Amino acid sequence: MELAPIFAWIYDLLISLGLSVALADLVSQIGLAVFVFSLLCVLALFLVWWERKISAHIQQRFGPMMTGWHGVFQTVMDALKLLQKEDITPTVADRGVFFWAPVIVFTCAFAAYIVIPFGKGLIVSDLNIGILYIIAITTFTIIGLMMAGWGSNNKYALLGGMRSAAQVVSYEVPLVLSIMGVVMVTGSMSMNDIVAAQSGWAGFRWNIIFQPLGFVIYIIAATAEANRTPFDLPEAEQELVAGFNIEYSGMKFAMFFLAEFVNMFTVSAIATTVFLGGWNGPLLPSWMWFLGKTLAMVFVLMWFRWTFPRLRVDQLMEFAWKVLLPLAFVNIIYVGVLALWLK
Amino acid sequence: MWRYLWDIIKTTVVALPIGLYTVLRYLFKKPVTRKYPYVKSEMAPRYRGLHYLERYDDGAERCVCCGLCAAACPADAIYMEPAENERGERYAAVYEINMIRCIFCGFCEEACPEEAIFLGHEFELAADHRDKFIYTKEDLLVKHPRKDKPYKTIYRRVRRQN
Repeated sequence: MELAPIFAWIYDLLISLGLSVALADLVSQIGLAVFVFSLLCVLALFLVWWERKISAHIQQRFGPMMTGWHGVFQTVMDALKLLQKEDITPTVADRGVFFWAPVIVFTCAFAAYIVIPFGKGLIVSDLNIGILYIIAITTFTIIGLMMAGWGSNNKYALLGGMRSAAQVVSYEVPLVLSIMGVVMVTGSMSMNDIVAAQSGWAGFRWNIIFQPLGFVIYIIAATAEANRTPFDLPEAEQELVAGFNIEYSGMKFAMFFLAEFVNMFTVSAIATTVFLGGWNGPLLPSWMWFLGKTLAMVFVLMWFRWTFPRLRVDQLMEFAWKVLLPLAFVNIIYVGVLALWLK
Repeated sequence: MWRYLWDIIKTTVVALPIGLYTVLRYLFKKPVTRKYPYVKSEMAPRYRGLHYLERYDDGAERCVCCGLCAAACPADAIYMEPAENERGERYAAVYEINMIRCIFCGFCEEACPEEAIFLGHEFELAADHRDKFIYTKEDLLVKHPRKDKPYKTIYRRVRRQN
């Protein structure tokens, strides 16, 4: 069942209740924001639980089993616990910077969902620079991470923040170049256009078919973007205790934690939209296809995390600049030839 | 140069997928851990856990308070005080084992001439106060008639008659 008509019906209901168009627009926008926000909060809690279960079963353990069916409510309980915890600010911390860092990270993580097409017609706002907007807003999180690292006045936090900045800036380049291949073929940066360009041909017009190299580069760079193993140097537990969020406790820590999992879902959603045909798919409603593909991508990221060991800092930089960047240029040249040939 | 590139291709195209496949196989294996407080593992038959004091089949205590277990105890964990009953038999009026001192070596079990003390399978001995580690006769003596089977085979089941 498609969800877009339901939203349209609610909007019509607001109009028929006697609201002016401007007011109805405002109410529907706020309602939509609340809907997306709550959806993502639930999704983030689910992803934390899922990650714990997958890691447990990969290590032949059970993982959380106590709260609810196979421990599904474990993360809800954890969030409740974090809400009740004391909010500690170190005396030597830069209070303003310390306070706003998690807010910025959280807001940037959620702001990316404005242009993600969840299904047919299910997009908050179809910006004509959608993909550029997403790349810009997700990169903005590193400002929050650096603020957290600097404001904490702690050497581990500072090192974590600096590492995350260096890492995200480095991996941003191959990431953008890999997406640029798709933009070159599609000729548009709007997310809806990119999805529409991949419809038909029974799935053989997905960009992953024509640009497998671009997809591989994107996945590797996205893993680094989301600060996940094997590229989780900003929070390398063995070296940095916890990285940039070491001084945070209670709800602020929970905001960092949720933002991390929302970011993981974001990069998976972009991978789905850009390379895996978005919400295109037979039989099932479009939002189910989108969710299924995205969760499959999330699973791949989790699979990576529990398979590969962490890279060293020098290996990380070397890999970004000496391996991924040349490969991304090779991909660009290949896509250029392909686009010419397709014309 | 080509050798370097070939090494990179070999590791990325061959080694990484093999690693991923191995991990995926483990994902669908049965967990080897137990849900501990609910599912307890079966102890080996000769496991040495918390002691218990055995009884004869007619319900009388086997322990005659000879003190051999206390003498054999390398940790000096056993304390006892003797008494006599109406039939003129010795028994232990006080029998205490200090579980903080006990090293679960089983020497008391081997020293006992009356087959009275055995080391059982109970292993959850944590407590929140030092005094709770002094196990007295009420804690150690088995109930009679006993519900569970004894962990060890007892050969002399009948009391000596005068």
